[in-house]
Amino acid sequence: MRIPPKASQAIAVALLGGATLLTLAVLVFVIVFVLGKGLPVINWAFLLDVPREMGKAGGIFPTIVGTLVLPLVAIAIALPMGVGTAVYLTEYTRPGRVTSVIRFGTDCLAGIPSIIFGLFGYIFFVTILRMGWCILSGALTLAIMVLPTIIRTAEEAIKAVPNSYREVSYSLGATRWETVLKAVLPNALPGIVTGVMLSVGRCIGETAAVIFTAGTALRLPDSLFDSARTMAVHFYILAREGISNENAYGTAAVLVISVLIVNSVSYWMMHKFISGRSA
Amino acid sequence: MAAPVIQIENLNLHYGAFHALKNVNLAIGAREITALIGPSGCGKSTLLRCLNRMNDLVPGCRIEGAVRFEEKDLYARGVDVCGLRKRIGMVFQRPNPFPLSVFENVAFGLRVSGLTDRASVNAVVERSLRGAWLWDYVKDKLGAPALELPLDQQQRLCVARVLAVEPEVILMDEPCSALDPISTAKIEELMLELRAAYTIVIVTHNMQQASRISDRSAFMLMGEMIEAGGTLGLFTKPTDKRTEDYITGRFG
Repeated sequence: MRIPPKASQAIAVALLGGATLLTLAVLVFVIVFVLGKGLPVINWAFLLDVPREMGKAGGIFPTIVGTLVLPLVAIAIALPMGVGTAVYLTEYTRPGRVTSVIRFGTDCLAGIPSIIFGLFGYIFFVTILRMGWCILSGALTLAIMVLPTIIRTAEEAIKAVPNSYREVSYSLGATRWETVLKAVLPNALPGIVTGVMLSVGRCIGETAAVIFTAGTALRLPDSLFDSARTMAVHFYILAREGISNENAYGTAAVLVISVLIVNSVSYWMMHKFISGRSA
Repeated sequence: MAAPVIQIENLNLHYGAFHALKNVNLAIGAREITALIGPSGCGKSTLLRCLNRMNDLVPGCRIEGAVRFEEKDLYARGVDVCGLRKRIGMVFQRPNPFPLSVFENVAFGLRVSGLTDRASVNAVVERSLRGAWLWDYVKDKLGAPALELPLDQQQRLCVARVLAVEPEVILMDEPCSALDPISTAKIEELMLELRAAYTIVIVTHNMQQASRISDRSAFMLMGEMIEAGGTLGLFTKPTDKRTEDYITGRFG
């Protein structure tokens, strides 16, 4: 039996619309749930005070600092490496055996669970290099973790830059490096920023790899060689150890809000940049 | 013919197994407009791109023979290709400004050359825009995105961008094929004006265009140089049967 076209159309609209609605509903539910439980806990003291009694009382200020610093350092390490790799793969080599091996490697790296990166970071940075649990160990580990994301998004962004820009640049006497710097990368920037945003999101939400490498110290870190705790880790420990569900939700709410702020600000900046450059 | 500034000698070019240019010889006179004509795929754009070594960027491209620019072979060892491309500029088929402001487009070549002094950059940008007959249209909106200009102004902006690096030769690869007849007329007028100071080589599909603006024409067919000479002579008394067939519209 054939379904009449009008009916199949109606069914398609219902299914697709339903799928969209469901996705949206889940997102809204999660945010409302977390904010509903967490917002009542949040006040200036919660944001700006140090934790007391392992986080049962007091605020979460050091974990906010940890959450800001760890991804920042990680991106500062991963961005030049990742974009450099992407530029090398796209602009300096022709597709061949070597590039496909490198691409295969980065794809494998992308599929590895974060706990494995945590273990690697613990063995290599913390133990072998004797860096101990510290922000730098954590950031290096996170950098390795997000490197594939940054490489692949940067690569796609660079490939999407019209070839005519390269041609014009070369025809005006630019070298390969000048062409990359002045004609390719500025036009690939929106794509690269997207990769960075994805990476920042992963770093902020990461727990396993961070606990193993940056530790869980609740003290406010003095330097990159101090151990630190991020909000995600703090939330995990508060909930896991049954210290304070209230404060756990408070932390989660701050986490969700900061992710929203980071994303909004970066999209706004990107939009401003793009509209400043082109029609 | 004026004293030749570029001499193409026994030039052969292969794209992989494809023999795209077959033993091409051509002299290009200084401060003249030389038109390369011929049907699609005859190798005229390929030949043009040999003159500023843009074919270097094409994987699997092999070149034999010589292109002498002021007596020196462009394909000799140790030639500074970037310096060469500053002396032999190029305007492309489609207007292709960068997604930058009008000003920054013209200044691109200067930034690459490392010229940072603001006053000199401003001076060169103004001079180049004037040279491309664009200054009066854009002087009040130098900061506006170049992609907002009408197409013919975009193409003249591309000319200004080339003028800014002060080339001696300008290569034009079907510069009017994306433009309407009125815009085309403006670009042609500009080319005739530029001829006073620059050597111009233009690839064109449009035989009226070749006859309107060029001093010399070269007809190519399937990678071979069939006939080259003064435009008037070539169009009125072609010596080769194939040239005659092409310019009378029997094929192509």
